[in-house]
Amino acid sequence: MNKYPLWKYLIILAVIIPGFLYALPNLFGEDPALQVSATRAAVIDQGTEQQLVSALNDNGIAFSKLQRQEEGIQLRFKDTDDQLKAKAIVENELGDKYTVALNLLPATPAWMDAIDARPMYLGLDLRGGVHFLMEVDIDGAISNTEKRLVSDLRSGMREKKIRYLSVTSSKTSGILVVFPDLERRAQGLITVEDDFTSLSAKEIESDGKPALQLQLTEVAKREIKDSSVKQNMTALRNRINELGVAEPIVQQQGDNRIVVQLPGIQDTARAKEIIGRTATLEIMMVDEKNSTNVQAALEGRVPVGSRLYRDRRNAPILLKKGIIYSGNNIVDASAGIDSRNGSSVVHITLDARGASINQRITGDNIGNRMAVVYVEQKSAVKKDEQGNVVTDESGKPIKVKSRIEEVITAPVIRDQLGKRFQIEGLDSIKEARDLSLLLRAGALAAPIEIVEERTIGPSLGKENIRTGFLSVMYGLVAILIFMVFYYKVFGIVADIALILNLVLMVAVLSLFQATLTLPGVAGILLTVGMAVDANVLIFERIREELRNGVTPQAAIHAGYDKALSTIVDANVTTLIAAIVLFNFGTGPIKGFAITLSIGILTSMFTAIMVSRGIVNKIYGGRQIKKLAI
Amino acid sequence: MASMKNFHINFLGKRKIAMVFSLILIVISLASLATRGLTFGIDFTGGTLVEVAYQDTVAIDDVRKTLSTAGFDDAVVQYFGTAKDVMIRVPLKEDIKGAQISEKIMLSLHESSSEFVTDTDPISKEQTCSANGQQQVCNVQMQRVEFVGPQVGDELATQGGLAMLYALFGILAYVAFRFEWRFAVGSVVALVHDVLITIGVFSVFQLEFTLTVLAALLAVIGYSLNDTIVVFDRIRENFRKMRKETPEVIMNLSINQTLPRTILTSLTTLLVLVSLFIFGGDFIHNFSIALILGVVVGTYSSIFIASPTVLMLGVSRENLLKVKTEGGEENATP
Repeated sequence: MNKYPLWKYLIILAVIIPGFLYALPNLFGEDPALQVSATRAAVIDQGTEQQLVSALNDNGIAFSKLQRQEEGIQLRFKDTDDQLKAKAIVENELGDKYTVALNLLPATPAWMDAIDARPMYLGLDLRGGVHFLMEVDIDGAISNTEKRLVSDLRSGMREKKIRYLSVTSSKTSGILVVFPDLERRAQGLITVEDDFTSLSAKEIESDGKPALQLQLTEVAKREIKDSSVKQNMTALRNRINELGVAEPIVQQQGDNRIVVQLPGIQDTARAKEIIGRTATLEIMMVDEKNSTNVQAALEGRVPVGSRLYRDRRNAPILLKKGIIYSGNNIVDASAGIDSRNGSSVVHITLDARGASINQRITGDNIGNRMAVVYVEQKSAVKKDEQGNVVTDESGKPIKVKSRIEEVITAPVIRDQLGKRFQIEGLDSIKEARDLSLLLRAGALAAPIEIVEERTIGPSLGKENIRTGFLSVMYGLVAILIFMVFYYKVFGIVADIALILNLVLMVAVLSLFQATLTLPGVAGILLTVGMAVDANVLIFERIREELRNGVTPQAAIHAGYDKALSTIVDANVTTLIAAIVLFNFGTGPIKGFAITLSIGILTSMFTAIMVSRGIVNKIYGGRQIKKLAI
Repeated sequence: MASMKNFHINFLGKRKIAMVFSLILIVISLASLATRGLTFGIDFTGGTLVEVAYQDTVAIDDVRKTLSTAGFDDAVVQYFGTAKDVMIRVPLKEDIKGAQISEKIMLSLHESSSEFVTDTDPISKEQTCSANGQQQVCNVQMQRVEFVGPQVGDELATQGGLAMLYALFGILAYVAFRFEWRFAVGSVVALVHDVLITIGVFSVFQLEFTLTVLAALLAVIGYSLNDTIVVFDRIRENFRKMRKETPEVIMNLSINQTLPRTILTSLTTLLVLVSLFIFGGDFIHNFSIALILGVVVGTYSSIFIASPTVLMLGVSRENLLKVKTEGGEENATP
């Protein structure tokens, strides 16, 4: 009696061995590291890698490991001192086209990386950092679009010589166009149907005059919503790169919200400033006359009336001073495929003002190039050569403002262009997509607002890890002692099951890289307290059976048997509460729900199957007179 | 240590006393909720919370004065743990964008210490400031900032209430499916009882009710139910075994039989919760208070509230047997 077949032990081992394996990475600690990534204007390749290695070698800084990945280069060092020195060297060497972030990387051996065994992913409350929830103002984006359409409608009808009395937009009823007579209205309707596909028209009377009531179609509204959220996310990603954060998160949440998480950042003022910055585009003409002589300009002899710019590959290009029109005039830019030759293109749509300027300028400049310049204002604290902050007399740090300017594209004008045109000759659809996103950056982006902020200072993060660890340790030890004291041999069995449960929980959390937060630690602790419940139920049942005069072997059997349905019922109901929590929860609460749910599931396995397996090994299949319970 | 002996306590006989006791607690809770209400955290009300640590002890009045000069007359300032740690709360304002309040607060606090933040030490993780032309560790260290805009606050309050309802309905359905509707009602009555009294304590002592406390309440629902289910399970088993006894006798016996387990599990859970309360830090202080309260009240209610309610709803042996036959999980003949 009370013997487990071999296969049951094999199942137990098949769970527990991987459990230990995947929990193991959490014991290795972390290496100080540098994360080098390229900003918009640069790429990371073999050359960058060699450049880095030789710069570090020249300065006598040794790194323990270098990894080149999609996101950039990771360099590990033996201590933080080397890490900091290396940061200064690398920043100096690569310049501002690259960002260099301090990071801590798990110091797990390579074979563990290979099987995806990684330490648990710590939430911001444990590692410190900033969490922003941003809301994109969709209504604002829609009303901006409507305002733009009003001016487009006016010029569109002027062009076609359709006389109208007024074009107005209101928040509630959309756009109202009033005509002097029915004939004009009919002409107006045709124009709207042909050229303004995003609007749906209704013929009405306004103060006795024939009029058209125009409203954005649902499809158009959805497009505005989708593109304004996407556009904001792209812009945010680009800017956050510059903050030098190792593992930033930019994610859409719900319909119109964006979550931004910046681990390790505590200068929220600077983070907010960078996030809130707006980029603009300036369209200028290339100085074709002097373009053959860029070398002279590079040496400082820039022709009068021109300025030297750099393009995305850092190649110099001379542009004529004077902005033709700005990114605000670009209504839309989207990537596409040219139907004639299958190459990637970007379609651009301008507003009325941009279109009329475009028509005039391009007509006179066929064969010349037109450059789109990306401009962003940035401000930073001034530092001297040693990296110390420079302050003014009152001790305030001096801020230096600088302008990032970069030519993102300079296509040749092939024809006279108007409202809609396309940029051809792009290498891939990806390049087209990147370019279209950049071109839209200056367009009428939807306003964005921070609706929630949670910042944990780095020292508090460290403290939270310590307190979380302590409370789990003390709680666990208290229970371990109590169980041995109260249930003797069976108590030891329950303790083993409890420890295994903890190992399995850590393994599952590590494997799925679920975010561990402080409430999550509380969830672990609560399951530790509740996990013994299953064993308490079983052991009390065994004692009861013994009191009723049943033999020890039969008592063990009955104890496990009868307690099973109770345990399942009790755990399922707790699981219901945990799942509701998970679905409702935001960040911290989710963390609690996750660990609680995982703990309930793993504890059922350890408390029932594993503990039974051990008890069977100890007592099973032999004559016993007394149980140590 | 010897095991607990068989208990023979007439719990159900004392159900009237228990009910009066619970009723008094609930009336106090409701009265306090009606008159004093709950001290909602900024998770629900919206607003800004800033937690700072000073290098040395600081006078609350000085901090208050500084903030008042900076335009935050309505700031609530209090110590948090020690006299070096200060917590500042500012309600939502019309004229200033919420997300900027924390910046203004930090700036004014630094200025009053005549220092300006410049950097963060990558090793010690402390913020460094320039003061009197020198670089040094900032006198005021930002520990935590929370800002919740009005949109989010309202949403969280609604979602939280809904979550509570969903959890109760989910449980009602599961218990009705596994046992019988009288048991489902009994367990939900016990849960509402637990939640009301726990919230009541938060109201009476004006403890801050935050999002994490709400999470704790949901966990309490799960825990308290766990307890109740164990008793119900035994009642069902005994109903099948004993054909002649009255429901009251059977229920009393079941509660007594499961009593050692009820006490032990509550004890082990309380052990870890007390550990969480003592060592877990201020951040989850109220969270552990809610859980401790919930476990105590939940243990009481699974004995004195859940079963008596089922009894008063007129449960009989046949109720349980019928359900089982329909479920088809076990043979109905005992």
